[in-house]
Amino acid sequence: MKAKMMVADEIISVENLSYTYISGNSYALYDINLKIRKGEFVVIMGPSGCGKSTLLYTFNGIIPHLFRGKMSGRVIVDGIDTKQSSISKLSQIVGMVFQNPETQIVASTVIEEVAFGPENLNLSVEEIRSRVEESLAISRLSSKRDFATTSLSGGEKQALAIASVLALRPKVLALDEPTSMLDPAGAALVSSIISELNKKLGMTVVAVDHRVEWAVNVADRLIVMDEGKIVIDDKPSNVFKRFDLVRKIGFRPPQVTELFYKLRDNGVPVNDFPITVDEAEGLVRWVLDD
Amino acid sequence: MTEAIRTEGVEYVYPNGFQALKGIDISIKEGEFVAIMGQNGSGKTTLVKHFNGLLRPTRGKVYVFGEDSAKHTTAELCRIVGYVFQNPDHQIFNSTLLDEVGFGLRNLGFSESEVLERVKIALAKVDLNKNLTDNPHFMSMGERHRVAIASILVLEPKVLVLDEPTTGLDYKRSLELMELVKRINGEGKTVVLVTHDVNLAAQYAQRVVVLKDGQILADGEAKNILSNTELLAKSNLVPPQINFLAKRLRDLNVPENIIKVDEMVEFLQKHVKLTKASK
Repeated sequence: MKAKMMVADEIISVENLSYTYISGNSYALYDINLKIRKGEFVVIMGPSGCGKSTLLYTFNGIIPHLFRGKMSGRVIVDGIDTKQSSISKLSQIVGMVFQNPETQIVASTVIEEVAFGPENLNLSVEEIRSRVEESLAISRLSSKRDFATTSLSGGEKQALAIASVLALRPKVLALDEPTSMLDPAGAALVSSIISELNKKLGMTVVAVDHRVEWAVNVADRLIVMDEGKIVIDDKPSNVFKRFDLVRKIGFRPPQVTELFYKLRDNGVPVNDFPITVDEAEGLVRWVLDD
Repeated sequence: MTEAIRTEGVEYVYPNGFQALKGIDISIKEGEFVAIMGQNGSGKTTLVKHFNGLLRPTRGKVYVFGEDSAKHTTAELCRIVGYVFQNPDHQIFNSTLLDEVGFGLRNLGFSESEVLERVKIALAKVDLNKNLTDNPHFMSMGERHRVAIASILVLEPKVLVLDEPTTGLDYKRSLELMELVKRINGEGKTVVLVTHDVNLAAQYAQRVVVLKDGQILADGEAKNILSNTELLAKSNLVPPQINFLAKRLRDLNVPENIIKVDEMVEFLQKHVKLTKASK
């Protein structure tokens, strides 16, 4: 098998990618190699400035087409080299949702906002209508189609941002800390929409997110970045086995994992690190059982 | 114990007619570390803005160290109750660190030598080792948060109100900031923390007040409020993950109100013999 060939179920392939912002004097991304398969749910984590948002922005061409900087290597999305394409073409493959929905919403009513993208694709009225209805339903906004966008709660605004991206029928949904500006109710709404898109509709999801307890439950794979590099790329359960590395990078493990890290610090002989409450309960009982 | 803040039947109606507070009675003692939680729109920020006169109650009374706040200007109250905004960029407006942190003192007529001395002390308290001529706008988010806190601390308030202080900070920087706040609390200052973050409240607050629709839904010890799944659900909050484990281990006599990882470590090591080595 040739490494450079795109395997049938790959949707994103990053090859030897390095990137420097025009204002920066060090690499924002350094020699990134990554493949994301169709239907995967990938969460990217790491401290501020580690390059996680920068990496996400290479998936729909914001980098290199919008941000100024120096890029080397390749990003192939659904078989297309992003350098040879444009943001408007790529955004029909990778839909991007940002941290603050306010920065993304342009129209005055919910339905206009969702229709904005497909209208610009010069589709038939029937096609636009069907895409809008479908997107509104997934984002649980059908009953608010005629509402002013300003009247929505924070969570609903983010749901609307997702709906307007879905109306372009992308193959990948990329989200940059989609719940970090929302209150708990809003975060719950958005999280469940994202999960449903992946689990029920099989959409590929790549999210930059700090919420580790959420991530370990929904993600097939965690990518941990530090200083522009991927330092861990593995199943959630394997990521937290590497406690020295996890602690060195300084990102928070799930609380039940931290419990076992600390027990180990205190001389309790533990070799396995749980990530869910179920696993932790089992491990505590097993360690105790005599 | 001295009462730092007391509200009696506080109601607040915004100019657009929205009633954000519907009768709040709360008493905060000097030296307490209180977290105020609740959904967006529950009235958290509206309430704490009454503590230093940024807002005045439509009905009801607010007392600050026993004084009726209605008899004092916001400028006077701000020296006693310092309010740190959620977004440091809403607060920072000067182009040097000295001007920013010394702004309040200069307004109060302090001499330049006093300003300089107190600014240096405040910057040391927040561990900001920068030149006084540095521009705070060009500092990192974590540093800008600390500039904002320093510019409040410099006035030596007795109460520090922090509105979502860790928004936009990653884990390491959130921890650093909260350890700083904990130290300030340890020096005797009263801390009121507005937050959505259950883990943060569990780790640092002794007491939690949950607001819902402008009323107090719950007010009590952090470990009892933050382990109460049914109560928290009313505000779309869930207990910290470690509490779910505590509840699963009831049969081992693990207290159901454990909300911190360290408490669980301590309990397991003290009360159950972790003898068997896992292989």
